[in-house]
Amino acid sequence: MRYLPHTDEDIASMLRVVGADTLDDLFSTIPDDCRRPRDLDIPSALTEWELNDLMDALSNSVAAPPEYKLFLGAGRYDHFIPASLTHLLGRSEFVTPYTPYQPEMSQGTLQAIYEYQTLAARLLGMETSNASLYDGASALAEALLMAIRITRRKKVAVSSLIHPYYRRVVQTYLEPTGLKMVELPYLENGRTDLSRLDRIDDLAAVAVQSPNFFGCIEDLAAVGEKSREKDCLFVSSFTEPLAYGLLKNPGSQGADIACGEGQSLGIPKWFGGPGLGMFASKMKYVRSIPGRLVGKSTDKDGKNGFVLTLATREQHIRREKATSNICTNNSLCALAAAMYMASLGGTGIRELAKLNHDKSEYLKQALEEAGFKITFKSPTFNEFVVESPPNFETTYERLLEKKIVAGLPLTPYYPELTGKYLMCVTETKTKEEMDELVEELRN
Amino acid sequence: MKEISELNLPEDLGYTEDHEWIRVEGHEAAVGLTDYAQDQLGDIVFVELPRPGDVLGKGEEFGTVESVKAVAELYMPVGGEVLAVNTTLEDSPGLVNTNPHTDGWIIRIKQSDPDQLDILMNRKTYLKMLEGVA
Amino acid sequence: MAESLGTTGLILNEPLLWEKGKKGRSAFSLPRRDVESTPLDEELTGDGPDFPDLSEIDVVRHYTRLSQWNFCVDAGMYPLGSCTMKYNPKINEKYAALKGFAGAHPMLPPALSQGTLRLMFEMERLLAEITGMDAVTLQPAAGAQGELAGMLLIHAYQQSKDMDRSKIIVPDTAHGTNPASAALCGYRPVPVKSNQNGILSLEAVYEVMDEDTAGIMITNPNTLGLFEENIKAITELVHSKGGQVYCDGANMNAIMGMVHMGQTGIDVLHLNLHKTFSAPHGGGGPGSGPVCVRRHLEPFLPVPRIIEENGNFTFSEDFSDSIGKLHAFYGNFGVIIKAYSYIRAMGPQGLKKASQLAVLNANYVMEQLKGVFHLPYEKPCMHECVFSDKFQRAGKVTTLDMAKRLMDFGFHPPTIYFPLIVDGAIMIEPTETESREEIDLFIEACKTVADEAEKDPDLIRNSPQKCKVKRMDETAAARRPCLAG
Repeated sequence: MRYLPHTDEDIASMLRVVGADTLDDLFSTIPDDCRRPRDLDIPSALTEWELNDLMDALSNSVAAPPEYKLFLGAGRYDHFIPASLTHLLGRSEFVTPYTPYQPEMSQGTLQAIYEYQTLAARLLGMETSNASLYDGASALAEALLMAIRITRRKKVAVSSLIHPYYRRVVQTYLEPTGLKMVELPYLENGRTDLSRLDRIDDLAAVAVQSPNFFGCIEDLAAVGEKSREKDCLFVSSFTEPLAYGLLKNPGSQGADIACGEGQSLGIPKWFGGPGLGMFASKMKYVRSIPGRLVGKSTDKDGKNGFVLTLATREQHIRREKATSNICTNNSLCALAAAMYMASLGGTGIRELAKLNHDKSEYLKQALEEAGFKITFKSPTFNEFVVESPPNFETTYERLLEKKIVAGLPLTPYYPELTGKYLMCVTETKTKEEMDELVEELRN
Repeated sequence: MKEISELNLPEDLGYTEDHEWIRVEGHEAAVGLTDYAQDQLGDIVFVELPRPGDVLGKGEEFGTVESVKAVAELYMPVGGEVLAVNTTLEDSPGLVNTNPHTDGWIIRIKQSDPDQLDILMNRKTYLKMLEGVA
Repeated sequence: MAESLGTTGLILNEPLLWEKGKKGRSAFSLPRRDVESTPLDEELTGDGPDFPDLSEIDVVRHYTRLSQWNFCVDAGMYPLGSCTMKYNPKINEKYAALKGFAGAHPMLPPALSQGTLRLMFEMERLLAEITGMDAVTLQPAAGAQGELAGMLLIHAYQQSKDMDRSKIIVPDTAHGTNPASAALCGYRPVPVKSNQNGILSLEAVYEVMDEDTAGIMITNPNTLGLFEENIKAITELVHSKGGQVYCDGANMNAIMGMVHMGQTGIDVLHLNLHKTFSAPHGGGGPGSGPVCVRRHLEPFLPVPRIIEENGNFTFSEDFSDSIGKLHAFYGNFGVIIKAYSYIRAMGPQGLKKASQLAVLNANYVMEQLKGVFHLPYEKPCMHECVFSDKFQRAGKVTTLDMAKRLMDFGFHPPTIYFPLIVDGAIMIEPTETESREEIDLFIEACKTVADEAEKDPDLIRNSPQKCKVKRMDETAAARRPCLAG
């Protein structure tokens, strides 16, 4: 086996040193009734070349771009990733170390994460960002738990236009300890109905996603005002951070915590994971933040460098009183996001965000002109909800055969929106492709 | 780390098993962390302080001190009301290391029951306890 | 000794990203603008973030230089105990990047996702067989989330039986994550001490296990690198009092193909695909933390679950007792691909051999270094061995000092100051992918360091000397946190 360097001679001589006759003798402390009665019943080893065929076959039975045209978002977005990013991210020095516990041999990862924290904080308009969490859903759950710790209250209000899967993850995190999540309904214009908050007291936090699940841009300033009125934290969630290249960022609208999914920033779709749990907050809450933090410092000669810091918040020191049980960050994904933001630059991210917006507006208008109704009138970014004519299912299936995925049917997530589809357009779609889609839908 | 003989433990303080000291001045008292405890923890980077006005019982947690890689809870040597907290520690937590029994004091309290003072250790008994630990 | 691995060479200074750029540069090929600009309400638009503008070569040099300041498994031995820093096969990276995997959208109709679903379905079966458990979820994004999932499963199961319990037993050798995960479920951790042999005794568990205790969290092999020999009796005891047994499988690398975990009586087990199954650690993530359970806990596993119908794979939400969702989608598929490919490349004999050699390497290191460092538990170990700095402390040289000095010899230091029950712990896990020659060099370096500790302690206290930076001031970083530039 090529991954195992020991020759028979090595094994024999090493066994002699440890005083064992056979490899099996090394396991003498294991009681008989814990031992495996027979060999593992799994397929025999494959050569690299056999494995190539197997993996090719598996991956070829998935509908993926560019062969398939996906007008599909809903928390996972199709964006171009520069070859330079993929190349850099594949460097062994980034891929094969562990958490930078020993700063003197890990300055590369540490500086890169410090830069990620800085760029993430700037993008979200927040004072500080952590080194990242697992994904947007757990980041939201952690944000709400943090608000509960800070305010010592046991109830949170969550917009029903936050990604349905995120709300389910929050539910999983809150339920066992009796914490309560109240859902805020949505208005006809596709934004969250904040008036419901007037009737709820003792809130730890209000959480809203913008752009929300329908692609509508929320009035974050109004949420900020409302949460100050209720004396609770304002948690601003997101699934499409690219939007903040163009839109007002959460920090400028009064968010106490901004958290969400960073997959759009240079990370492949990968069937939903890994992604990047982005998490940023006001500096005054820094000791309540979950997850790793990298800070700037100096070495004993006074030279600048970076270290993991404020570790006393974390599980390995504070154990059951830690701010979270999380051990790692999603380091390599955070690095991808930093590289992506660096590659775009301030000028590039604005242009790219604008292009995304304009392309989705183009499709929205084209569909409207073709007689389709746009369900919600609020301004949107990248995604919008469109009503289908009767018997659309057959058209949808026909388009699948033509390798076009015409959005996401909303019925499973919002039963009241039967027959409505969530469409998504990013920079990867050309005008011709959108025209083709409209043409096909018209037929 | 310091040998027991290198510790600087004033005679006029009362000591607890959790390594707090108390200096009684009439009905009021100052409370802090002993030289031994600060030395064990290493460089203190953060002190979490209670709010003046908090009333806490003997043995109740009134705050925490943090070094880079450890957290220690602070317990009331006697019950009482927190009169003042040492706000200089917010910017200079290192005072707990450099002057543990003077400028590095943590809170001032008004004792609720002066009798509780009787069961605190004096320097000699505290040293004896430390020798047992070490 | 032989010539040291550690040397110095030219590395380059590199400023922070935003100290470089120049307005108007770009490293991104912007797609053609083939549609007209549509204005957006000014109320909603902001100024955009203050990012530096860089060209492609700026970005490439920046990250290439940064990368050269890192140590990594591909460069050398990384014997970080409990982290299983084994070699990460390169072919796995290629598979994860395949268009059909990297480009797979999680919301596609299942008919269009058969390849991803099949891979995950097969992976669940493989992990069930390797552990000897009955059912598996791949959803947890990392080991810690796997632990949380395990706790949630136990909680949900006991609730379904109208058992409302408030405590959970956690041995003193456990990772801090264990009590932190238990606390998220509202459990109060009750510590239990391991015995003089470094393992749990039945008596110790008997003393704390009662009708208000949900169960026990055991790491097996434990963090001292020892197999919990009383595991079967302990699981029987805990079950007899209505409790459940959670096993932290972080150290599964020691026992693949050797131990039948299901047979040890445990109810839940989490795995770390980035440890045992060779997915790279990525500088701290992403990981993947599948959870394996016995039959009675299967109804509570997270949804959606993958089911097979006539050779077709699909998702099902039809499990009303499920604890719900833990991940936005289905887990870290991109990591699961690599672990799947590893298992298929190793086969049953390969996995068993990997565990055997991991244990051989650890015992070899233990044998060669005993006497050089203090060995608190002198008995054969599994995949890792734990020493302490007791011999060196007299000369005021600590574990930390020696760890830093090892860097100068070209090795990543072992895990230090863990487990907590060993004062000044030095925890060495060589893994099976280190050759005898490499390990001999490491042993040689350790001996040299121990020797220097006696003869030239100042040299050790001033190490490392050959890294990009000298010892970093962590106190200043924590006193005045500067987390963004």
